Amino acid sequence: MRFEDEPVPGYPLPILPGHVSPGRFERVLRAGAFAVTTELAPPDSADPQEVYQRARVLDGYVDAINATDGSGANCHMSSLAVCALLTRVGYAPVMQISCRDRNRIAIQGDILGGAAMGVCNMLCLTGDGVQVGDHPQARPVFDLDSISLLELGRTLRDQHCFQSGRKLSFSPRVLFGAGENPMVPPLEHRALRLAKKVAAGAQFIQTQYVYDLPRLRAFMRGVEDLGLLDRVFLLIGVGPIRSAKAAEWMRAHVPGVHIPDAIVARLAGAQDPAREGRNICVELIQELRSMRGIHGVHVMAYRQEEAVAEIITSSRVLDGRAPWHPGRDQNSADRKAS
Amino acid sequence: MYGVRLWSVRHARGLDRFYGAFERLLVRLAPLFAAIGYQRLERPVAAVERGVKGLLFDCKMCGQCVLSSTGMSCPMNCPKNMRNGPCGGVRADGNCEVDARMRCVWLLAFAGAERIPGGIERIRAIQAPVDRRLEGHSSWLRLARDRTGSTARVRAP
Repeated sequence: MRFEDEPVPGYPLPILPGHVSPGRFERVLRAGAFAVTTELAPPDSADPQEVYQRARVLDGYVDAINATDGSGANCHMSSLAVCALLTRVGYAPVMQISCRDRNRIAIQGDILGGAAMGVCNMLCLTGDGVQVGDHPQARPVFDLDSISLLELGRTLRDQHCFQSGRKLSFSPRVLFGAGENPMVPPLEHRALRLAKKVAAGAQFIQTQYVYDLPRLRAFMRGVEDLGLLDRVFLLIGVGPIRSAKAAEWMRAHVPGVHIPDAIVARLAGAQDPAREGRNICVELIQELRSMRGIHGVHVMAYRQEEAVAEIITSSRVLDGRAPWHPGRDQNSADRKAS
Repeated sequence: MYGVRLWSVRHARGLDRFYGAFERLLVRLAPLFAAIGYQRLERPVAAVERGVKGLLFDCKMCGQCVLSSTGMSCPMNCPKNMRNGPCGGVRADGNCEVDARMRCVWLLAFAGAERIPGGIERIRAIQAPVDRRLEGHSSWLRLARDRTGSTARVRAP
């Protein structure tokens, strides 16, 4: 997909009628394409090149890159900084904001700062508890929860003021999103929670890993019953699992991950479990592609980011579309010339 | 106390009804409170409130009680202080991500809300983030004051 007016790296696109952000990701979603997003694990480093190296392997396969915010309550480069580096060269990052580490004063500052650095998408999360991470002795903040954070973001953007009511001279023009986990209890009330997030201002949703389609279908029926189908862009979380052992580890250590036994058995029985893991992921994506009310996938391939390209290619969800990346138009212009 | 807290959720319907009557009583007593002075009442009333609600709900005295909107399960017992629903980390057995021995506060909230007529609808209302200035103060007095439009306010510590 190509837009006439895109992009000079670091420059915003014109905001189309009905859009809230000058970003490419919102354009892709509103144009009705099946969107692909992924996660970039911020480095344990102060070197910007490590961020760019991690982004480069995703070139041409994804519409937006999430920069996680201390995911799993572990210390890494900040989401805001990763996003600022990515926008410098034209990428469309999704800045993840977790309520675990910062209060409302810091978070509002980061939303303004991120928007000023060209970040057009922000994902409002509550965050994992500190006990799962590498600094369990830290003070958990949780001044806000994901839903009050969404409302706060919307106030900044649409009411042009802080929570205190103090006016902004220029509002952050940001597409706000939220997470959701349709795979964990209370299953029968997860759709209601989604409804609350939409009411609080979520415009897109990126879910936790989904490996259980019957459970997802039940959730989607709830979403439909609440009249939310297509009222929010729903991107389902998927990802390759390297082995049965890795699956067991995720079940035990990553909060909110549900992997059915059938998937673990399939991995355990495979000759090449890593390949089988990628196959499972591709099959899931293809199923999701055909489900109503689903607008894309969020591929989380922690420490196997290079697998994203293969998974997206094999699942053929891009329909021949080439998401923008630095140098894309340069390359095609060169090809045309030669 | 955890056991009493679970009992309170099981009896959410009765407690909710009691609370409705108690709220009306508080509002009716507002002129008396105003005559004595809210400032002067704050400490003794807060102490009673802490004792009663502490026993029944493991109340954390956030000062802005939302129990009747959360199925009589106090959301401040959630380690993440979630006031708008469960996080995505709830364990498969329904226990808390952070404290595996404790039932998710929000699973209890839904169970309690199902016992209260219109309880689930009340959970759908979005709760504003906590005003930390009210911590430790009586939400009973605040309710009486707010409902009667009294301008006397608790001074922030």
